[in-house]
Amino acid sequence: MGLNVMNKVMSNKWIIALYVLPALILIAILIFIPLLLTGYYGLMDWDGIGAMEFIGLENYITALQDLKFWESAWHSFLLAIFSTLSLILYLAISLILASKIKGADLLRKIYLIPMLLSSVAIAQLWIKVYNPSNGMLNHILMAIGIENPPAWLAEPSIVLYAIFIPILWQYAGFYILIYYAALKNIPESIIEAARIDGASPIQIAYRIKLPLIMGVVKVTVVLAIVGSLKYFDLIYVMTGGGPNGASEVMASYMYKLAFTSNDFGYGSAIGFLLLIITLIVTVIVRKVTATKEEIQY
Amino acid sequence: MGRIGYFFLYICLGIVAVFQIFPIIWLFLFSLKDNREIFSGSPFALPTELRWDNYFKVWESGIGTYFWNSIWITGVAIILTILLASMATFAITRMQWKLNKLVLGLFMVGLMIPIHSAIIPLFSMFLDVNLIDNPWSIVITYTAYNLPITMMILLGFYYTLPREIEEAAIIDGCSVHRMFFRIILPMTMPVMSTTVIINMIYNWNEFVFVNTFISSDKFKTLTVGIQNFIGQYMTDWGAIGATLIISVLPIIIAFIFFSNKVVEGISASAVKG
Repeated sequence: MGLNVMNKVMSNKWIIALYVLPALILIAILIFIPLLLTGYYGLMDWDGIGAMEFIGLENYITALQDLKFWESAWHSFLLAIFSTLSLILYLAISLILASKIKGADLLRKIYLIPMLLSSVAIAQLWIKVYNPSNGMLNHILMAIGIENPPAWLAEPSIVLYAIFIPILWQYAGFYILIYYAALKNIPESIIEAARIDGASPIQIAYRIKLPLIMGVVKVTVVLAIVGSLKYFDLIYVMTGGGPNGASEVMASYMYKLAFTSNDFGYGSAIGFLLLIITLIVTVIVRKVTATKEEIQY
Repeated sequence: MGRIGYFFLYICLGIVAVFQIFPIIWLFLFSLKDNREIFSGSPFALPTELRWDNYFKVWESGIGTYFWNSIWITGVAIILTILLASMATFAITRMQWKLNKLVLGLFMVGLMIPIHSAIIPLFSMFLDVNLIDNPWSIVITYTAYNLPITMMILLGFYYTLPREIEEAAIIDGCSVHRMFFRIILPMTMPVMSTTVIINMIYNWNEFVFVNTFISSDKFKTLTVGIQNFIGQYMTDWGAIGATLIISVLPIIIAFIFFSNKVVEGISASAVKG
């Protein structure tokens, strides 16, 4: 009888609705409907305030022929490549950190600090670091005898690399944290057995530790690539996409079209393309990195 | 490995630590200097005199307002997010209904989407209902966008709660509401505190929603406030430094006191993607 009452109470439709609907309605209205509307607005000629005029696929066709859009997509793609490559560096640091280092716990917390700061604060700080005459970087470079160091954020050919350094700085602690936790999960007995068999530390890292945390590495590749496609705050504050579009990424291009040029229709089309590209890339990267079977310890 | 080998490894880790921490120390140093000192002296020199008045000056001229806005908007959004997320997670994991997996899937899809793709329609929706330049637009947006990640962190904990607790409560004649608020919710305290930390970091640091939906200075939060503010103080490095330090201080303090929770929360949020 007890279980009957229990089942009856716990499957009461009204109560379920009362508990789920507030959250569900909120994400429906503020996440899903806007995403659909983005695609719809992309079919309009619209300045955001006046009447909309239906123009079919014109905005999307314009986007595909828009050199600036492709340039911004290329920059997003480059950042995704850089971010993925930087995982190797993070992995190397984590391997060192997880090899019986005293103070490893404190170190990984120190590494994490930049991750806690807002992108706006990070951008403002690095604008100062890169300041041509009084910044920390050029001070150091001049002190070691390099004359005329560049104005990092004003050079179209280097601005994207200059922006990537704070990104590297911001996320280092995050990825090291994940790798470190995964490495610490490897049973000590496996490492010990390899050591007794005469494997060198490098061999142990490369042949045993790395394969064992491959699942985690794959997840971080997805995070790094998909995350790069969404970069906005840092770039928007540091350079506004400049100089002359040299650091424009998809999100910043879309934002400018809508909220600076008041071209809401075209901006929405770019926003929808950003959504589609992100989803496609997520699916592809997940497929490529999918593990056939979980590794058994 | 030999002692020299280990020494080399410590040097490597030390260099990384310096790279991670030094820009922030440099920022703190110049927040206590004036321009003459910053521009003429070495960037690594300690301030000749600690100019705390940089801090008072920027606090008085507007940063104080942004600070309080950040506090209350962050706080209210955290409470709303965790309440709604806990209720939904409870119904999805503990109650018996057919569509629960589908509904859970909807929330989890929310983890993947780029927020920028939704921002134009959000702006026009808020414009239609007169919520542009109203801080409540920010509160509900933060709540909605943090629900998926919060639920994801809560889920594992809810799945492991023993059935017997609910059985005992219901057989004793306890209503579902009473059971949820008096028994289940207090039991999830450890995981809730992790979600509080994650939500706090996200909300405190959020930029693009406030930058888009809020135009009056009196409603701006710190991220957007300091952005405008620094424009005004373009050349006064001391003031800029003080502003940035004030804006990051609450998170740094939270980290010092709850570093293990922060590590836990950030690891838990990593699974998204």
